[in-house]
Parts: sequence; structure tokens; C-alpha cells
Amino acid sequence: MKQSRGWAWIVFAVGTAYFLIPLIATVVFSLRMRRDYLSFDAYTSVLFDRQFHATFTYSVLVSLFTIVLGLVVTVPAAYLVRLRLPQLRPFVEFVTLLPLIIPPIILVYGYIKMYNTSSILPLTGTAIGTDILLTLSYVALGLPYMYRAVDTGMRTIDVQTLTEAATIMGARQWTIITRIILPNIMIAVLSGAFLTFAIVIGEFTMASLLGRPAFGTYLQRIGISKSYEPAALAVISFIITWGAMGMIQLLSRFAPRTSVRNN
Amino acid sequence: MSSNTAIASQMAPMADPGKPGPAHRLARGRHALASLGQYLGVLPFLIFALLFLIIPTLNLAISAFYDTDGHFTFNNIIELRRQNIVDAYWISIRVSAASAALGAPIGLVIALAIIRGRLPGWIRSSVMTFSGVASNFAGVPLAFAFVASLGRLGMVTVILKFLGFDLYQTGFNLLSFWGLTVTYLYFQIPLMVLIISPAVDGLRKEWSEAAQTLGASPWQFWRHVGLPVLWPNLLGTVSLLFANAFGAIATAYALTGSSLNIVPILLYTQISGDVLHNPGLGAALALGMILITGIANVIYLVVRTRAERWLK
Repeated sequence: MKQSRGWAWIVFAVGTAYFLIPLIATVVFSLRMRRDYLSFDAYTSVLFDRQFHATFTYSVLVSLFTIVLGLVVTVPAAYLVRLRLPQLRPFVEFVTLLPLIIPPIILVYGYIKMYNTSSILPLTGTAIGTDILLTLSYVALGLPYMYRAVDTGMRTIDVQTLTEAATIMGARQWTIITRIILPNIMIAVLSGAFLTFAIVIGEFTMASLLGRPAFGTYLQRIGISKSYEPAALAVISFIITWGAMGMIQLLSRFAPRTSVRNN
Repeated sequence: MSSNTAIASQMAPMADPGKPGPAHRLARGRHALASLGQYLGVLPFLIFALLFLIIPTLNLAISAFYDTDGHFTFNNIIELRRQNIVDAYWISIRVSAASAALGAPIGLVIALAIIRGRLPGWIRSSVMTFSGVASNFAGVPLAFAFVASLGRLGMVTVILKFLGFDLYQTGFNLLSFWGLTVTYLYFQIPLMVLIISPAVDGLRKEWSEAAQTLGASPWQFWRHVGLPVLWPNLLGTVSLLFANAFGAIATAYALTGSSLNIVPILLYTQISGDVLHNPGLGAALALGMILITGIANVIYLVVRTRAERWLK
């Protein structure tokens, strides 16, 4: 194609403008809490807010548990599907797509109906039970990303040979998964973990409907009651999201190249 | 599976010493148990899938057909004809359709620019990375960003006013249909860039070179080769973007509170406060959402599978 690339530059410039202007506007807005000159007042106001600390810590904790549980759910399943149960693959892949097909609000509505105080498993009856339910909701939200990350990681190592070698040396399956497979796909696992973190940290719908003091519901409350702080919080959450994504990019440089193609 | 039987046959001589006897039978029993244990690893996944994806959703869908006393009924479905519910579906469908119909072509053009526009390589990788971030940026902070830009005191509004153009005089309001659509485009366009790029990559250079050799203009190439190949993909991605917008709530809720009557927000207020005064009706509302997003997603998945044959 010997076309001039002028049109491509124009598209790129217009696109950049649309995507950067809201970010610049948010940063500028967040600095204008004081009249007539720019200041970081909105940020200090947010960072010294005890609610900010409490909800942020809560969401970080929940996301850590989400990542661990997500690994328990996905790693052995992805391993066995790859090694012994390839006939399950279509089913497993369909299930991992479900959280993208079913909107989060529907999922959480289903949980509230199924695990309410008059059910067999009344998770919503206690605070800790609801925390567990929220964590499991987030495992569902992160499932498509976590499974794909783990599965991609396993594609780049030779699961078959590693398993045979470990079996010959007398390792049991649990040992193989935790001490051979998991360390070998650590980079893929970490990128799945960062993506999960980015999704969970500011999540609003599920936390709000389950009534837990998460960062997302705090953001929404501040959005109603304050004017400059929301912009500061938007900048902070954008930095967090970028941080998580940046880590994924960084990790992908260390990731091994695909060893078994078209597998 | 064949490779597993290969391992088994290699291992068999080691695991099977001598003649069959009682000890051997015991060992074989243990062996069967152990081989069952080999599959236990999928249990967490299966249990999770059942308890937190499949059963809750089915349970919710089924409860749309029961009244408060537990009798089977179609009344909840019939009650969906209430004016405010019909209105909510209509606004949701319009916002989702508009943000998909605008997001898809814009995203496609951006994908074409970064892949076929011969821009420097770093642009492509940074646009893809940014798309990964922005497509996940739906939520409360996105609403804040747009209030800071296009709200009544937002930077863009203020600058336009300074230049003599009063955005809010034109009837524009961030809390309205167009406001929500423009905001949704912020995550719809990047999603489009992400999902259409593999298809754009699949348009082989040889095709455009062949077309050029035969004397085709760029327009003719796109009219007869490029677009027909991309067409199924485009249809599928529009469908996916539609579903994506239809299920989104956090941005809209943070932007408008419960003042904008779209289906997810109506459902949100129903779950938190039974504003429809009928739990079954809430389930029917949810069933409608499941059906709409489900159908849109299935279209995407089917089309994607069928379109993949061009991209080998």
C-alpha cells in the first residue's frame, strides 16, 4: 500500500485528543480546589480522610483473597484440561466466558436471592459471610482474565514433559501443580493477578448491593457530596489502574516465548 | 488422551510387578482411587461454576415465573409492560445501540490507522496498552472524569464558552442520552480496538497488493475485499459492544444517580429497595437483561468462530 499516511496521523491525533482531554480536565479540575491558584488541597483532603484509608485497605484485602481463590479455582482446572481432560475444554472455556456474558448486577442479584438469610447457606446474614460472598463475586468477575492468563502461561511451558519428569521422580499431583507448574507460570499468574486487582479495586455494583465498605462505594459517595475530591480520586484510581497495567507490560517482557505453538 | 495412555503403558511395567494376587488386587483398587484423585483438581472449578455462575443465574431466571406465594405465574413477565419499565428498556437499548454503532466504526478506523497506516511502531503498542486500560476504566472514576470535562463547570464546557460556544445552550446535558453515550464511548472504542485488531491484522498484505496490481483503487479494495472480509467480524463486535453497554451500571449511576431511567439502574434500585413492590418483577427485569445481553454475546461468539477461518 503506497498510500500517504496522513489520514492515519489525523485519526491518531483526533483519537488522542478524545482520550486525553478528559484525563487532562480531571487533573486540572482536581488542582482547583483553592480559588485563583492551583493546589493539591483536594488530594490532601482525600489522603487524610480516614474513610479513604479504611475502604482502600478493605478493597486491597478483598482483592488479595480474590486472587488466591481465583488461582485455586483456575490453576488445577487449566492444568487438568490441558493434560488429562481435553474433552472438558469447550465446557470450561464457556464457563469462563459466562462472567463476561452475564452482567455483574445480574450475578450479584442471583447471589442475594440464593444466599440470603432464609437460604441453606445464609452468607448475607453476617458481615464476614458477606465479605466471603463479595470475594467470591470478584472471583467470578476476574475468572475470564485469570483463566486466560493461566492457560496462556501453561501453553508456553511443556506441561506434559514437566509432569512426566516429576511423576517419575515420585511427585504427587498436588506437588506437581504447586511446586512445578505454578512457579513456571508465575509471570502469567502475576499478570492475571494485576488485572484482577485493577478490576476489583474500584468495583462499585457488587460491593454496593452487598453493602460492604469498599473503595468503589466510597468513590460514589464522595461523588455525591464533594466537588473537587472526586476528580482527585479519579486521578488516584487512574494511576492505580495504570500501575497495574504497567506491571503487566513489564512482566510480559520477562515472559517466556511460546514453546508449543497451536496447542 | 493418546499421550496419556502412552505414559500409562510406559509406567505399567513398574507399577505392575509379577503375578496377580490379593496384594495386586488391593494395589489396583488403590490405583483406581488414585486415578480418580487425579481428577479432583477440577472440582474447585466445577463447584465454583455451579454455585456462583450457573445456579444463581438459573435460579434468578426461574424465579421470574413465580409469585410471592411460590405459585407458577406469567404475571411478572406481563407486568414488564409497565410504562416506566418499557421506557427503561427503550433508553437502555438506544444508549447501547448508539455507543456500539459509534464505537465500532471509530474503533475500526483507529485499528486501521495503527496497523495499516504505517505509523511508527511505538504508537501501535502504546495505543494497544492504553486500550487495555481504558476498556477496563468503566466505573465511578470515568463518571468523575467526564463531569470534570463536560459537566456544567467542566474544562471543555468552560473553554467552549470562552470561545463563544455554549454547549449547554444547545440542549446538551451530561446526564442525558447523548451525555451517557459520549461517556460510554470512552470504554467502547478501546474495547473495539482490542477485539478488531486481530481481524485487521488478518487482512493480508498480498490481498491489497494483488488488488493494486489488478488496477484497483484503495476504495475498490475496501469495497470488494477489505470490508467483505471484515464484515462478519464487525457485526459480531457491534453485538458485543451493545451487550457491554447494556450491562454497565457504575458509570451511569455515579453520573446521574437514579435520575436516568435505564434498565441496570432500575434493577439496582429494585434490588436495594424493591421500588417495583414485587420481587418477582425484579427477577423478570433481570431475565430480560440476561436474554438481551445473552443473545448479543451469542451472536458475537458465533460470528467470531465463523470469521476465524479467514484469519488463519
